[in-house]
Amino acid sequence: MIRALTVAVALCGSAVAIAQTSITDATGRAITLPQRVERVYVAGPPAAVLLLAVAPQKLIGWTRAPRPDEAAYLPDAVALLPALGRLTGRGNTANVEVVMSAKPDLIVDVGSTSATFVSLAQRVEQQTGIPYLLFDGSLRDTPRLLREIGKAVGATEAAESLARDAESQLHDVEVRVARIDIRDRPRVYFARGPNGLTTAPRGSMQAEALGLAGGINVIAPPPAFTGNLVNVSIEDVLLAAPDVIIASDPAFAAAVRTSPAWRDVPAVRAGRIYVPPDVPFGWFDSPPSLNRLLRVQWLVRILHPRLFPEPLGPRVTDFHTRYYHRAPTDAQVRTLLEQAGVAQ
Amino acid sequence: MNAIDALRAPGEAAPKTWAVVSIAVVVLGVLIVVALGSGRYPLSAADVAAVVWKRLTGAGDAGTSDAIVWQIRMPRVGMAMLVGAALAAAGTAYQHLFRNPLVAPDTLGVSSGAALGAVLGIFLGAGLVAIETAAFIGGLAAVGAVMLIASRLRAHEALVTLILTGVVVASLLGAAISLLKYLADPYNELPAITFWLMGSFASASRQELASLVPAIALALAVLLALAWRINLLALPEDEARALGVNTRRLRAVVIAAATLATSASVAVSGIIGWVGLVVPHMARLVVGPEFSRLLPVATLFGAMFMLLIDTVARTLATIEVPPGILTAVIGTPVFIALLARSRRMA
Repeated sequence: MIRALTVAVALCGSAVAIAQTSITDATGRAITLPQRVERVYVAGPPAAVLLLAVAPQKLIGWTRAPRPDEAAYLPDAVALLPALGRLTGRGNTANVEVVMSAKPDLIVDVGSTSATFVSLAQRVEQQTGIPYLLFDGSLRDTPRLLREIGKAVGATEAAESLARDAESQLHDVEVRVARIDIRDRPRVYFARGPNGLTTAPRGSMQAEALGLAGGINVIAPPPAFTGNLVNVSIEDVLLAAPDVIIASDPAFAAAVRTSPAWRDVPAVRAGRIYVPPDVPFGWFDSPPSLNRLLRVQWLVRILHPRLFPEPLGPRVTDFHTRYYHRAPTDAQVRTLLEQAGVAQ
Repeated sequence: MNAIDALRAPGEAAPKTWAVVSIAVVVLGVLIVVALGSGRYPLSAADVAAVVWKRLTGAGDAGTSDAIVWQIRMPRVGMAMLVGAALAAAGTAYQHLFRNPLVAPDTLGVSSGAALGAVLGIFLGAGLVAIETAAFIGGLAAVGAVMLIASRLRAHEALVTLILTGVVVASLLGAAISLLKYLADPYNELPAITFWLMGSFASASRQELASLVPAIALALAVLLALAWRINLLALPEDEARALGVNTRRLRAVVIAAATLATSASVAVSGIIGWVGLVVPHMARLVVGPEFSRLLPVATLFGAMFMLLIDTVARTLATIEVPPGILTAVIGTPVFIALLARSRRMA
């Protein structure tokens, strides 16, 4: 029922699109849009999640086909869309001819707006004649991003309702977190990779949600650092003494509990090691898209359970229904919460 | 005179091997002490000494400084030395065997095979031990395949055929690695693959060290025991045969030992280039080309060099510097200086 309603809202949104013709994207280029946008090609995974939320019926394909465990959380029709490859991110897998033969009205990309990606966008636009919109993907700007994409693809109403929801979620978290004394903010280490020694330091895009959720990233970035990931040694982690470890690799999380080298890390002593779920889109940080809203809701509950006493389960259900257009079953929600290490 | 002999300055008397070895052992000892005492976690020399003393007297405790010295630094120091020694010894053996100064331990495809095994493990989301096992098996399998193909070819120039087969098989494996990188998830798997391929000792543990010791000890023991006979492999094939050396079998044994050492090293540390190629030349500039004298010196130099590099790699900046970058940055000027000195002396 809720699903039918959301799709209906999304459809209404598309009806008001006809009037507008031009939009300015994050690169500052004014791009003329086609009269009607019905088919949208997403250049990378972050854009795919956004389009799924704002206008699922206009999505014409994925950058890679959803795996069965991911598809179970997506609307059936959307899960069955073909894999068309990615145009951006780290390495192209899309063939420009495949992009053209899919006949999109618009290409949407969310992520880095550095000169590399701007020039890539311009080249694809020249080659294909299809307008290519590039948006900046920071978490705090999610409401604005939703509205811009809604405008671009002609789904302003659906986007507006999601943008308001995102705004209220972020605002609520910000207000409550602002009350937390700096000394009460848990120190968190992000452990990535099979040895857990790759991390997203403070200030990197991938660690953005943590600050918002009232945690302190224990790893400071090296001078003049502009990237996303660095490698550290176990001694750095011991020195940083994190209270909580959030790991991307379940095998690492299991091994670290019995590793003598990690024994004296406070998070390991206290058993506060979390491996967030990764379906249909990761609660860790991949892709950096709307799924990070859910990541914030999860983080505040493991870091500040007293300040956020509301159970996470209904939040998950609501988020999936609104943004992914498929209400998860109770069993699915339970599985996600169990994996996330949250009771309810 | 072969290409390797040409590298040595004519008329230069090589210093006594035992003198070089004893100096190297002392320097290595000093390096070990320095390495155990340095790191990102602030421990005073007294702290480190206390931990070592407690361990030696059997009164180990469970404090943080004990964990840092015993669980983190000691395995890392041990692994860096073993890997450096193994790569340098394997490189020395290969350069001698193939009578070619451009040959490195991975010429027969061992690194590419190990890399493919590890990348496949990361791609499938396996744990660290499984990834290392896959890398070890991949390295052995790659060299096995190269040997099999080359022997089936029955070519006239057996050594050249072997090198060429190694190069083409390695490039095929490289293509498979690229395919997996291409298909990998760009947020989690791809960075893990990229960092693995750069090589690092950061995840060294006592278990890793324990699994590395037997493989490398066996390989080094075989090479050292056969060193005098391996010497004769530098002679033209018929001359060596005339001296009663079964060149074919000896060659297979040398390749097996070098492959075992390299594969075990690459499996735990990832791909660290340069050492296996250039450290043998450094040793040769010091003690000359005779294999039985060269091998122990090159092995010690490898251990020293890698330990120095890794100690710098983990203390230089607030983040880890990949040792593969430092080996080239530090090693190249050192090598050029050695080369210049030996030319002047000639």
